[in-house]
Amino acid sequence: MSNTQDESPKGSTENAAPPGHQVGSVGRICRALSERTVTALIFLCGVSAIIFVFSIFYFVFREGYPFIRDSLDLKGFFLSEEWYPTSETNKRYGILALLAGSASVTLVATLVAGPFGLGCAIFISQFCDGKFRETLKILVELLAAIPSVVWGFIGLAVMNPLIIRFAEVPIGLCVLNAGVIVGLMCVPITVSIAEDAIRAVPDTYLEAAEAMGATRWQTIHRVILPAAKSGLLAAVLLGVARAVGETMAVLMCTGHTINIPFDGRLPFLHVFESVRTLTATIAAELGEVPRLDPLPDGNYPVEARHWQVLFVLGIVLFAITFLINLIADLIVKGIRKKA
Amino acid sequence: MNRRVSGFLRLSAVVGSVVLIVGCGGAKEEAKEKKLVISNSGSDTMVNLAQMWAEEYEKVEPGVSVEVGGGGSGVGIRDLMQGLVSVANASRKMKDSEREQAKRNTGKEPVECIVGYDAMAIYAHKDNPVTELSIEDLAAIYGEGGAVDKWSQIGVDMSSIGGQDEIVRVSRQNSSGTYFFFREHVLNKKDYKLGSRDMSGSKDVVELVGKTPGAIGYSGMGYKTDAVKFVKIAPKRGETAHEPSLANVVAGKYSLARPLHMYTLGRPEGHVKAYMDWILSPAGQKIVEEAGYVPVAAADGK
Repeated sequence: MSNTQDESPKGSTENAAPPGHQVGSVGRICRALSERTVTALIFLCGVSAIIFVFSIFYFVFREGYPFIRDSLDLKGFFLSEEWYPTSETNKRYGILALLAGSASVTLVATLVAGPFGLGCAIFISQFCDGKFRETLKILVELLAAIPSVVWGFIGLAVMNPLIIRFAEVPIGLCVLNAGVIVGLMCVPITVSIAEDAIRAVPDTYLEAAEAMGATRWQTIHRVILPAAKSGLLAAVLLGVARAVGETMAVLMCTGHTINIPFDGRLPFLHVFESVRTLTATIAAELGEVPRLDPLPDGNYPVEARHWQVLFVLGIVLFAITFLINLIADLIVKGIRKKA
Repeated sequence: MNRRVSGFLRLSAVVGSVVLIVGCGGAKEEAKEKKLVISNSGSDTMVNLAQMWAEEYEKVEPGVSVEVGGGGSGVGIRDLMQGLVSVANASRKMKDSEREQAKRNTGKEPVECIVGYDAMAIYAHKDNPVTELSIEDLAAIYGEGGAVDKWSQIGVDMSSIGGQDEIVRVSRQNSSGTYFFFREHVLNKKDYKLGSRDMSGSKDVVELVGKTPGAIGYSGMGYKTDAVKFVKIAPKRGETAHEPSLANVVAGKYSLARPLHMYTLGRPEGHVKAYMDWILSPAGQKIVEEAGYVPVAAADGK
């Protein structure tokens, strides 16, 4: 830059020189401008997440609000399993069975993803190193790259006949099928967060354990696990949040049936029953539901409620995942403070 | 190192897809300049039929391109209400509230045209010993408060195929045109019993029934496969049961025959009118039969 400036007065008689000088000052302005633009852009990217979250929430709430205002009956909504949004004789909007469906699949998924994910994280961080460890990590991450519809297909084509054959039930699309599939889908996220938590355990702890003559298993069991406890819990919780929100695979593997799989008989959760989740209900129904405007008198036609109630389901789902994420976040913050 | 490689891959994937999208957009625009486009979407029952019409019509009228989308009757009707498609395919009638919304949005009244008939078939697994059912049986199996949950209750012995006595009811999602038709004509507008497997497509119903020995399901007659069989339907208990077939629909013997509709905004004009006329012509109606449904002329001439 300084070079150009030095030369420009000397060569002012030449044709090329004045443009050269111009380029210098324009360049400076450009650079200042571009710096400012880049800063602004980065700022925009930074706050965009906030903007997106709020605008999504605003949109979902705006669509669902008329239902909440006009026809929400809290008791009937949360405590009834009768989901008849398109009935001609008696429209009913009970989501108890959908909540129970989501809960049951999530529970089984957690039981699969928890032990598998934590075990895998312990193995990766403590029992292997070098190339093997890198390969394993890449493979686990690859698991996250499998599209959800492919998982669903595995549930439909592989798990379904297996469950029919070995459990001797009439149909294999059930809580167990979806729970196992979603659990496997949650393993990568659980592994990577759990591994971070384990790696965050200070080396001094490990050295102290070694100095005390602890075996490897004793170190893991008595030192690492207690020290990384809250991080591991957060890992499982974030996996759970993923399980609650999973849609496509669940739609394909649960059998999509309004049914409460819990009851008072042992073992309380009947994993061979079909269920239907909140997410799958939205996915299956929203596509064909017309969005109707209010009539001239300001009231909505009764057919408009179906569209709106599906958005209320969205709000419920949003609230559940928000709560789980918040808890996981608080737990993680808890560790940081202690450390 | 790994990070850098994966970053590069990601970047190239993004760039690649952008190029692809731009490329596709360009190609589409070019085609639009040359050809008149008739877009239609809707009924899952009719999507194969609509596709066959579209392919054949492009041979008859190379200057017109017909774009077909599925999604379900509700999707077609919604697209039509918003003026996004020229024609909506629907296996159910448009509701009054939907007609009014369409008028408010576009200023035009939707016009109905019946382009063929379907016999909504009741499917069972090919090994299931059941041969016939009455409409009352179906209502007792599917309807809210219906007493039938087991095959043995309607005299079907399942011991020969594994002895799963429970009837696995396969149904459709509650916004589907086929769901509405079944509710109106079998359940007499009353509601379904909870606990049915609600599939999102006509084909999914037949596939699930084909994989499940104890299952029963309803879907368009055009979706029959080798893994399933038709159950004959009697209008009342004790009366003669009939199979869903062209002949039985034409003779008026099959109880669950239903019209297949195409809706346009206002009376069809220009190239859309030409297309609709062609569909109702012998050439178009021959394709209805090829797709496994019943031509209008045959059914009306009964």
